[in-house]
Amino acid sequence: MTPNVTQSDIEIIDLSKIFGSGDEAFKAVDHISVHIPDNEFFTLLGPSGCGKTTLLRLIAGFEQPSSGWIKLGGQDITALSPNHRPVNTVFQSYALFPHMSVADNVGFGLRMLGQSRRQIQHTVSEMLALVEMESLASRRPAQISGGQQQRVALARALAPRPRVLLLDEPLSALDLKLRKTMQTELKRLQAETGITFVFVTHDQQEALTLSDQIAVMHNGQILQVGTPQGIYNHPAERFVADFIGDSNFLSATVVQTNGHSAQVQLRSGAAIRASLPSTLAAAVGSSVTVVVRPEQATLADQGVLQGTLEQSLYFGTDTQMQIRLADGELFNLRRQNTIGQPALPAPGAAVQIAIAEGAAQVVRH
Amino acid sequence: MRALNHWATLSRWVLCTPALLILLLAASGPLLIVLVYSFLSPGAYGGVVWQFSTEGWFRVFFSRDIFDGSVAPAQAHLQIFWRSVRLALLTTFFAALLGFPTAWFIATRPAGTRELWLFLVTIPFWTNLVIRTFAIQEVIRNQGLINSALLNSGLINQPIQMLYTDFAILVGMTYVFLPLMVLPLYASMEKLDGRLLEAAYDLYASRARVLWHVIVPLVKPGFIAGSILVFIPAIGAYVTPRILGGGRNLMLGNLIELQFGQGRNWPLGAALALTLLVIVLVALLIYIRLVMRDPERDHG
Ligand SMILES: Nc1ncnc2c1ncn2[C@@H]1O[C@H](COP(=O)(O)OP(=O)(O)O)[C@@H](O)[C@H]1O
Ligand SMILES: [Mg+2]
Repeated sequence: MTPNVTQSDIEIIDLSKIFGSGDEAFKAVDHISVHIPDNEFFTLLGPSGCGKTTLLRLIAGFEQPSSGWIKLGGQDITALSPNHRPVNTVFQSYALFPHMSVADNVGFGLRMLGQSRRQIQHTVSEMLALVEMESLASRRPAQISGGQQQRVALARALAPRPRVLLLDEPLSALDLKLRKTMQTELKRLQAETGITFVFVTHDQQEALTLSDQIAVMHNGQILQVGTPQGIYNHPAERFVADFIGDSNFLSATVVQTNGHSAQVQLRSGAAIRASLPSTLAAAVGSSVTVVVRPEQATLADQGVLQGTLEQSLYFGTDTQMQIRLADGELFNLRRQNTIGQPALPAPGAAVQIAIAEGAAQVVRH
Repeated sequence: MRALNHWATLSRWVLCTPALLILLLAASGPLLIVLVYSFLSPGAYGGVVWQFSTEGWFRVFFSRDIFDGSVAPAQAHLQIFWRSVRLALLTTFFAALLGFPTAWFIATRPAGTRELWLFLVTIPFWTNLVIRTFAIQEVIRNQGLINSALLNSGLINQPIQMLYTDFAILVGMTYVFLPLMVLPLYASMEKLDGRLLEAAYDLYASRARVLWHVIVPLVKPGFIAGSILVFIPAIGAYVTPRILGGGRNLMLGNLIELQFGQGRNWPLGAALALTLLVIVLVALLIYIRLVMRDPERDHG
């Protein structure tokens, strides 16, 4: 019934989804190609409306692509209906069957696959144990809390042992504390089951914490794929740097390049070394944007940027300083708070900013 | 606090008084009269004579030979009871069978056009029941639409006798009561969360099994409401069986009407009416017991 694949990597090839037609046509997914490796926690990250859900629904089979292919373990599954794909979904709203008990919800997929009663019972109790819901097995979904419903939805999707688990913002309805707990839980479940997780979120923090790899989406396209560190430290696009973490954007001119890094001159006149994304060719003399993360800059006696401290905001673990640069731009700087640090300059004081070696990054506009 | 509650309760009762009065006068009053009449004696020209008698009730179930006074079960009555129950059940069944896809069709139209479809479903209500029933008669009688078409096409040589059969009554009642099934079914389908269907489809259910394991159980309240709304008027129907059954295939409604009219036996008519009420109540009780059983309990 389901294709017999041993590898569970997903290959998405030039996939597009257009809603509507004529003047109303809207490209929700725009020529996406991406490889999602086996046994990975892979996150689709992007702002609301960028096409994450649509991409996930294409993988699940709820939507048919306008063009392109989806392969699972090397096998083309583009034309298969959802009930023939070894892929299960955890819905944002959980979508638990209200007329069935927790145990019957978890066993639903197994029943549909025609497994024996004993086998189903065994797997259901195993799954309920996995998400720590054994004691509520006979309850109805309406009789358990949102966090518990979330666990049941997970167990239900995991029970048939899918090759791939799709999760569409599964934690967004939970309160902050529960969300943190469930994040750990998800990470553990992925490691324990070895199932490829494709996780959708618009929460960059969540993406950084959980993922093996992140694909950053914008306007139906994937802008960059990489590890959390790779994406955070070396954003290739201005949008990526802006969306993930806080960023300072500095205008600069390329002085010299050597493949993966460039010497750039800032408006202050100082020259610094900045990493160059492999996808970006910056000619000498061209103007570029350089990203510097606030925590990668420090106050110094002799810096590369000059400005005036406007205000300091105390956050407990760190302090954020807003500095007005000589060219009028605002620069954010973050300092870890430790005991015995030198006191901060008073607002209005003239300061110099140093940028850590290797911390500057050229990005595409 | 207590005083406030007291006031709230009191004002609630006061506000309910008109409704309660209407219920008392319009529902319980006539019922009481029927109950009393069923224990009186028939007048020679209709009406009742104020003299206690159980003859009305006796005649519901037994007939007395007019010559030798011997008693036998009232075969004709029992047959009519059975026909009424059977036809009402079949009507409910076919209304559900036709109503389900109809309601599903309407519920899956884009928002904004559903109202139009619902409106179309209610259009038959604008025409008098008698006229609609005669229209059906035109369609199914021996020289009617269906038979002429079949005869002309050479598929049959003899017209098929459809009018004045139980089949005709069934067709007529299903047609008349279908909207009463469609509307509550639609109401529960409209509330159905489409993501539940996707979830089932995602969990390896075929379309047929999504229908059986998710849609049907979730629209059960609509089924229950629709079945009750169809069954009750169907078992007591008398216009449709009279026109389409041709006075040969009586149903309970016709039998009751007969006692108050030509039969001039009001106590028997009253007793029959109460029997109908009991049948409906018993049927409802059985039905509710059946549908309230948990369907997800007994599958493996
Ligand atoms: N069925 C649909 N018909 C028309 N437009 C749609 C449909 N589904 C999604 N869209 C549009 O596609 C875009 C991407 O939607 P979605 O994939 O849900 O974004 P995300 O999950 O990233 O918030 C949105 O602009 C949305 O309005
Ligand atoms: Mg979404």
